[in-house]
Order: sequence, then C-alpha cells, then structure tokens
Amino acid sequence: MAAKTMFEKIWDAHVVRAEADGTTLLYIDRHLVHEVTSPQAFEGLKLAGRKPRRPKTVLAVPDHNIPTTDRRLGIADPISAKQIATLEENCKDFGLTLFGTHDIRQGVVHVIGPEQGFTLPGMTIVCGDSHTSTHGAFGALAFGIGTSEVEHVLATQCLLQNRPKTMMIRVDGVLSNRCSAKDIILAIIGKIGTAGGTGYVIEYAGPAIRALTMEGRMTLCNMSIEAGARAGMVAPDEQTLAYIKGRPMAPQGALLDQAAKSWMDLRTDQGAAYDRTVELRAEEIAPQVTWGTSPGMVTGVDGTVPDPKTMPDEKFRQATEHALAYMALTPGTPITAITIDKVFIGSCTNARIEDLRLAAGFAKGKKVAKGVHAMVVPGSGLVKQQAEAEGLDRIFREAGFEWREAGCSMCLAMNADVLQPGERCASTSNRNFEGRQGKGGRTHLVSPAMAVAAAVEGHFVDIRHWN
Amino acid sequence: MQPFTTLTGLVAPLDRLNVDTDQIIPKQYLKTIKRTGLREGLFFDWRNKQDGSPDPDFFINQTKYRDATILLTRDNFGCGSSREHAPWALLDQGFRCIIAPSFADIFYNNCFQNGILPVRLKAEEVQALFQGVKATPGYRLTVDLAAQTVTTPEGTSYRFDVDPFRKDCLFKGLDQIGLSLQHEPAIAAYERRRKADAPWLFADL
Repeated sequence: MAAKTMFEKIWDAHVVRAEADGTTLLYIDRHLVHEVTSPQAFEGLKLAGRKPRRPKTVLAVPDHNIPTTDRRLGIADPISAKQIATLEENCKDFGLTLFGTHDIRQGVVHVIGPEQGFTLPGMTIVCGDSHTSTHGAFGALAFGIGTSEVEHVLATQCLLQNRPKTMMIRVDGVLSNRCSAKDIILAIIGKIGTAGGTGYVIEYAGPAIRALTMEGRMTLCNMSIEAGARAGMVAPDEQTLAYIKGRPMAPQGALLDQAAKSWMDLRTDQGAAYDRTVELRAEEIAPQVTWGTSPGMVTGVDGTVPDPKTMPDEKFRQATEHALAYMALTPGTPITAITIDKVFIGSCTNARIEDLRLAAGFAKGKKVAKGVHAMVVPGSGLVKQQAEAEGLDRIFREAGFEWREAGCSMCLAMNADVLQPGERCASTSNRNFEGRQGKGGRTHLVSPAMAVAAAVEGHFVDIRHWN
Repeated sequence: MQPFTTLTGLVAPLDRLNVDTDQIIPKQYLKTIKRTGLREGLFFDWRNKQDGSPDPDFFINQTKYRDATILLTRDNFGCGSSREHAPWALLDQGFRCIIAPSFADIFYNNCFQNGILPVRLKAEEVQALFQGVKATPGYRLTVDLAAQTVTTPEGTSYRFDVDPFRKDCLFKGLDQIGLSLQHEPAIAAYERRRKADAPWLFADL
C-alpha cells in the first residue's frame, strides 16, 4: 500500500463519495457552533423544514459577544443579547448541547472543545470560525467554514470539499529559553507569508514541535489560518493520549484503548510525500513581535521596524507604507522602543491554563507600568476556576492586571472590550488587522510572556534577557 | 441562490493586498441574525473617516462606481475570519464577481455559496485590468462562466480556472444541501461502516 500522510489517512477515512472532478462529500464527525456565524444557518434549516442529522455531534457555546465583566448584570448591548438568546433558542429547538452564558464550562469555542474531550484525534471537526484549525493539535482534520456550510453540516453531517494540498513544516532543534509556540508560528508566518499556506493543510513536525505541550500545539495550529492554511495538524503521541484521558466527553475504558490504538496509526507513513516542505531551526527563532497590520508583518524583538524603501516588490512596499502609517511607526525604530497603552492576555490562541500559569510566573511580584491598562481573559470558565484554585488571579490582580470572565473579548472586540482610536496594544491574540481590536486601534501580536513583560515595562522587551 | 451565467458590468478598483474580512465587514455588523442589509457595513472603516463622514477618496463613495458589479483587487483577498457576512455585504452592495490574483480559501468557498463568482487571473492580467480602469471611465468587463473568460472592452480575453462541480452549481444556482441530501443512502452506508470500525465516534455527547 502506498505511504500516506496523516492528512491523507484522515481524509480517506471520511470520504462518503466523490464527484468526477474530485469534489468530495466528506463526512464530518464533530461540529462546534457559536452565536455569530450560526443564526442564519438555523434560519435556513427552519425555512427548508430540515433538521440536524446528528444533533449529538454538535456542541454550542456563546463566546464572541459575551461580556467578560459580571454576567449577573446581563448583557448591556441589546443586539449582542439578542444574538445569544437566538443561539439558546436554536439549541433548544434542535436539541443541541449548549454551554450557556452561566455554565462554568462556557468559554472560547476552541478552548472548550479540547477541554471537554470533544476534540479527538482522527476526527473531522468544523466550526463557523477560522480558528477551528486549533483542534488539529490532536491530529484531527479541523477547519473553519462559512455559515452556509454550517447549515450544510447540520443538515447532512457532510461537506462538499476539494482535497487540499499537503505541506510539511519541520522545526528542528530546541527553542531558546522563554520562547514559545507563539513565537514558532509567528516566525513561520513571517517566513511563508499570510498566503503561503493557501490551498494547503499543514502538518507540523520535528523535535521542536514534538517538545511542545498539547497547549503549545494548540497555539501553533490555531494560527495556521494566519498563514493561509485552513488546517494545521500535529501527529498524536503519548502526550496527546494523556491529555485526552479522563476528559468528560472522551471515550473511556476499552473504547479508549481501541481508539488509542487507531490514533497511533494516524501518523504519517515513512516515505509519504508532501506537496511542499518548509524547514526552520528553533534556535534561530527570537521572541516575535508584529509591527504591521497583517500577521506576516513580524520580526524578532531584537529587530527594527522595516524600511519600505528597501522592499523590491512595489505592492508589498505600498502595503508596508500603509501599515506603518496606520501603526504610527517610523522605519528603523527598534522594536524594544515601541511603547504600549494596553495589554490583552487571552483568546483562542493563548488563554489556556498553561498560558496563564506562564504569564502569572512572569507577573509575580511585578507591577503593570503607569499608564498601561492590562487585562487577562481566561479561555473558559473552567480555566478561570483552575487559575483561581492555583492563586493565579491574585498574582495578576496584585500586579495590576484586570481579571475577567471567559470569552473572546478584545481579540475581536465584539463585546465591550475595545481599543480606542490610536491606542497601542500588546496582544496574545491572533490578528493585527486594522481595526480588529477597535477602530483605529494598533495591535502587536506577541506571546503571553512577552505581553507580561511589555505590561510591566511599558514597552517591548526581549523576554530572553528580562530579569 | 441566484445563478451566475454571464455578467457584463462596471468595474470598481480596490488596489490593496491582503484585504481581510474584518475590513470587508467589521465586527459590529456581525451581531445580526439576518443575511441581508449588510451593505452599509461594507468596508465601513475605509469608507468613513474618523469623524464618521464618508471619505470621498474611497471608491464606494464615488458616483462613478455606484453601479459597479465587478470588484477588481489584489492578492489574498478575503483573508482572515470565516465570516460569510463578507460575501453577503459584497452581494448586498451589488457585486456578483470579484477578480484578483488569489483569494483566501474560506472566502473563496463562501462566494460560491452566495452566487458570487471569484475569478483568479494572473497578476499581470489583473495589473492590465487596473490600468484599464484607470484609463477608461466607465470601464466594463464581460465575465462568462461557461467559457471561463473575462473579456475587456478592447476584446482581450483572459481565461480562468474553476472546479467543474462548483462551476455547475453556480451556473445553475443549485442548492448544495439538496444535492448532498440526494446521497442520503451513501451517507447512511458510510455511517454504518464507520460505526463498526470506530465506535467511539458514535458515542453521544
């Protein structure tokens, strides 16, 4: 039998049928739903008189709009409140599992899936959200879809898909002290560009990837979409299995043993070919900071703001000039000279318990710089509960960080957590697009460690050498 | 879904790389539970100045592009968020075709779900079209899905690729869910087979 990549094994196991041109009816095992991209899909089902084919494969949660302040006070924005109420009604009407606003299990959709053991290796997992790529950390094929496709999956448990190409990104060596999965993925995006992965599914491999924890792998796969790839994956190993074991929705006992055996067979066969291979050395990756309005506009913290005049490509030069004007940055400025107004630690990229432990470790005994507003938004109610049990909330509060309820929050600023025009933010989220965190707001993407250090110093510092 | 056969229409230029879906339609318009009425949010942060007044330099605010049905733009259009509100807003504004050297995957797919044809042309062909728009007021193109061509007023034709299945669905305006449901026996057979091999996938949550 021909050697197959992990992606090919999972894809092949989910083909229901294929059209003559290769368009495939692909079976979907699990479906995550949130309030923003689902109402029109449910409306479509109702209008057509259709029902979800397998309601028990769906997990729904409100996260994008939800306030991160005291929820007992309700949602001040009536339109946000209506969208969340609509999700609740739809879940009730169609018999779907919902972790509602006041459920301790509520959280960012891509945090709660793995947390509950809903996300498992070998699965196809979709959600009307581009950061669904996160779940690939378990060796699942997980990708974001639009609302029409949300409706399609609900009605048919399938999607019509074209088979993507495969890319291997191999990271050899050992990461520098205090560098993290976030720095790896930002460096990858800097290398291949924000469209470098378009049309591909990425498999990440190599010693530096294998050394990452499950949470680090989730951070890595999460931002595959910022490299243009709909999905990123890491092959399952003992660590994957250890993470899954005992989670509420994960298989148990003999069923888990049976599943685990099949999961270990998902690994790419020796000699399997990829359409493209990219290689990086972990030692060469400095802590990363974005300086522009696209995640590919990134450099090491020891670098400077680039000079568009040195860029040969006219379109890229123009885009850089535009980005620097928006970001109010001058070419040649050292990254460490950039001062910040706000710090956001949160999002589906970096709001899991390990991120908070690490951030708290750096925040301990320090104070947020005068004039800087810093907030920590846990990825889920359970992450928050765990962090509080470990006293992390106290460390953050004593250092001057706000400690919030779980949600997407200032990653996309759909709720009340918004940057004001001109404000500059060190953010552990995933997108530095114009206006993403608030109209006129300026976002620099960094790791949680770098965000804490920036909060304390008031400007970016090289975390490798920070006291 | 409205079928797409041929379209002869006015072209509006958006000369920027990596236009992300946050720019196409910002967050405040995602709170809707409807698909319609999103045109006012289209390129909201670019069409309006900081004080909220319309920016006369932005193409959407210019009378000459008011009736445009074809959007001409640059690489990696529609990157970022999967929000289908982006094609909904473009459609609400009247765009039925978007021409660029490349598109982000999810956006590209979302267009086909909404009767919009995304056309990938070579970068130099897109450059030539930008020059045409600049040189000729009222520049119009003819897009023929069956022939897979974009034809300029001068008669130059550029050929584009599109997957046969997507092309057929868009050309006929087919309901893709309806198509998939026709394969219910195949789906059920798959489920039976799969359940025997991987029973943990069928445990209820």
